[in-house]
Amino acid sequence: MIADSTHCGSASCDALLRPGNTNCAGCGMSLGLRWLGEALEGNAPYLVIPACCGIVTAGAFPTTSYGAAVAASTFASAPAFASGIASVLAMNGDKNPVICWAGDGGTYDIGMATLSAAAERNENLIYICYDNEIYGNTGGQRSSATPEWVRTSTTARGKLEQKKDIMAIMAAHRIPYAATLSLAHRDDFLGKVQTALETRGFRFLLMLSPCPTGWKSEPQESIELVREAVLCGLFPVYEIFDGRRFRINVRPETTSPNEYVSRQKRYGLATTDPQRLQARIADQWTRLESLEWEFPADPSQEQLHGELSESVAPGKAALSEPPQEFGNASQTSDAESNQDPPQGPLVGRRMKGSADEVRTAAHH
Amino acid sequence: MSRMLLTGNYAAGKVLALAGEANRGARGCASGAYPITPQTEIIEVLSDTQFTKGRIVPVESEHSAMGVCIGAALAGARAFTASSSNGLAYMTENVFCAGYYRLPIVLIAVNRTLGPPWNIWVDQGDSLTLRDAPWLQFYSDSHQDLVDTILMAFRVAEDHRILLPSIVAMDGFIISHMQMPVEIPDQSQVDRFLPLCDMPHRLRAESPSTIGGLTWPNETEKQRRDIQSAMERVPAVLREAADSFESVFGRRPDEAVVPFDTEGAETVLIASGTMAQTLRGVIRERRKLGEKIGMLRIKMFRPFPRREVLAAIGGAKRIGVIDRNHSPGSGGIFWQEVAATLQPKHEALVQNYIMGIGGGDVRPAALNGVIDDLTRRSSATDPIWKEVAA
Ligand SMILES: Cc1ncc(C[n+]2csc(CCOP(=O)(O)OP(=O)(O)O)c2C)c(N)n1
Ligand code: SF4
Repeated sequence: MIADSTHCGSASCDALLRPGNTNCAGCGMSLGLRWLGEALEGNAPYLVIPACCGIVTAGAFPTTSYGAAVAASTFASAPAFASGIASVLAMNGDKNPVICWAGDGGTYDIGMATLSAAAERNENLIYICYDNEIYGNTGGQRSSATPEWVRTSTTARGKLEQKKDIMAIMAAHRIPYAATLSLAHRDDFLGKVQTALETRGFRFLLMLSPCPTGWKSEPQESIELVREAVLCGLFPVYEIFDGRRFRINVRPETTSPNEYVSRQKRYGLATTDPQRLQARIADQWTRLESLEWEFPADPSQEQLHGELSESVAPGKAALSEPPQEFGNASQTSDAESNQDPPQGPLVGRRMKGSADEVRTAAHH
Repeated sequence: MSRMLLTGNYAAGKVLALAGEANRGARGCASGAYPITPQTEIIEVLSDTQFTKGRIVPVESEHSAMGVCIGAALAGARAFTASSSNGLAYMTENVFCAGYYRLPIVLIAVNRTLGPPWNIWVDQGDSLTLRDAPWLQFYSDSHQDLVDTILMAFRVAEDHRILLPSIVAMDGFIISHMQMPVEIPDQSQVDRFLPLCDMPHRLRAESPSTIGGLTWPNETEKQRRDIQSAMERVPAVLREAADSFESVFGRRPDEAVVPFDTEGAETVLIASGTMAQTLRGVIRERRKLGEKIGMLRIKMFRPFPRREVLAAIGGAKRIGVIDRNHSPGSGGIFWQEVAATLQPKHEALVQNYIMGIGGGDVRPAALNGVIDDLTRRSSATDPIWKEVAA
């Protein structure tokens, strides 16, 4: 009697993402979903997916590529739908995780208010944004997640504005857990999903999601591209606890984003002036490292700071001062990089070459 | 059952809470709630309720209010919310989604003028913009009718032959803010009247399925036709529900169409909401003077009760449809429906009057003016705007 034409199903629970789905070759979302399924370890989730490539993934009625209970939501509403589901599961003692799987458009743009509200209410759900930095579903228009200088179908000469810092926004909500996911760092990825699953309240995961179709890149290079993005510091891999304790999981190994941008035709101006991009990356790391230094995730690290502040005189002033301004490259202390680097989690706090150098170079 | 002096809003909030609590033996209840004048008191009452198994989620917008209801209903709970005016407009995208997903959500619409410019007074234009959504729509004319209709709405919406959400509308301020004596049922009575909510297509983690993926034209057409068929089953299900209501509460609720003095009437007025109450007094007076005049109040707007309207109109020669709403470029929205219903009955003259737009106070004198115009008419003209007291 009910309209079963909205409802596709299968009796057997298999992989979270089944074979034969319609994702483009090399789509980051495909691997992300596979790993998510692995991390769930048979813990059957409720997925809420707004309008985006991720719902097209399901394919056409009456089949579905998802081996899970999935509700498609309207574009802006995934966290609202999920709040409703999570509320009812909680009152009935159901322990299954509720997970939003959304693109950057549904997260940074149209869904921002809904997302913010669900985070503020600390709803018991996991929100995963697969960030392909464009509106993929509608053919590759800009979003507020599109990086500066990137060409999209609505920014033919390159985007003028910087990418929105969604992690900072989510951290400002003081949610219990926020982390970035790299498709080139499998253990880190699985571990973070595990942490998210073990945490209660609102959890936000941001995954850089290669989109060969929109990035104008080679499908077989997708994972390599993510690795490059992480290694040059463009996509920092880190986690934030309670919005105020930071841990950087992977340190950059190079300052040059060249390997990353040159393999994607969407980067126009940036490829001709990579130093500007480099300066941005340096700014980002200065900010992130100051935060990690001031507010480490590991309490023992805080203690270590105390000891360091007493024993390492030259770096003391610079390190104990609160950041004057986010993204202020002058925070970098040369004295510190000349020191014998402190051991343990502090190794590699700064990128090779100071941010000041990069910034100066960019101003030529 | 206890008789209390309550505002319409308070009564509505109370009855939603009773209906929600009545589902404690199943998956419980939930609501996404967001304030707007003149609806606000409803969500305040709800937020103040202690449910055995229920949650009122204080969302950031009406769009999310309906979003939460959709999620809750998909998880098998009884879901409800309330809004008005721009809130309903803002909610619209998810209103459609709830209907297409066949979720038996109940939405209280406290009718208010859409803006800006801002005007908080009654006008049905807000909920009527949702007339093309797959939702049942009821317009109440009194506090008691409101209470009864909310209970009936849950019952019909959740019936497996229907599974469609339902809007119960009331006139802003005239019902929402005025205190009137009203009978509020006891929890045990509501428990008896409302079966536990059983959502046959609720999501279950253990059986993978996707609701709302891609559909092709043929499936979409089937889905829309299924909705139409369900709509066509509503009158019979409503009647059954009324029988059951009567046996539980000891009185019969108003039905889809409420005729008054239509027997042998040559002139029939049609109205809805509280305007119909005022009109009843006017009709009664004119009947006393020997005029062959009657009226009908249309309570159920969706599905539009064509059969009942035709039967109630009988052989009337002149029909006047009074609308407190306006579809620019066309006319009154009830009039459009009545005109479409009467199409095969060419001989009747159907005239539209638009009154009380933006909350203008429709008093007996203005209604008498409408009747005078109608009874003198030999042919219908474009919708007539009748100015009323501010
Ligand atoms: C309210 C509304 N506006 C616009 C659209 C059209 N639309 C569907 S998906 C989409 C873009 C989605 O982009 P994103 O969230 O980044 O996900 P992606 O497609 O890249 O996977 C748009 C604009 C819509 N479905 N709903
Ligand atoms: S357009 Fe991009 S995000 Fe969408 S399916 Fe293709 S590769 Fe994936």
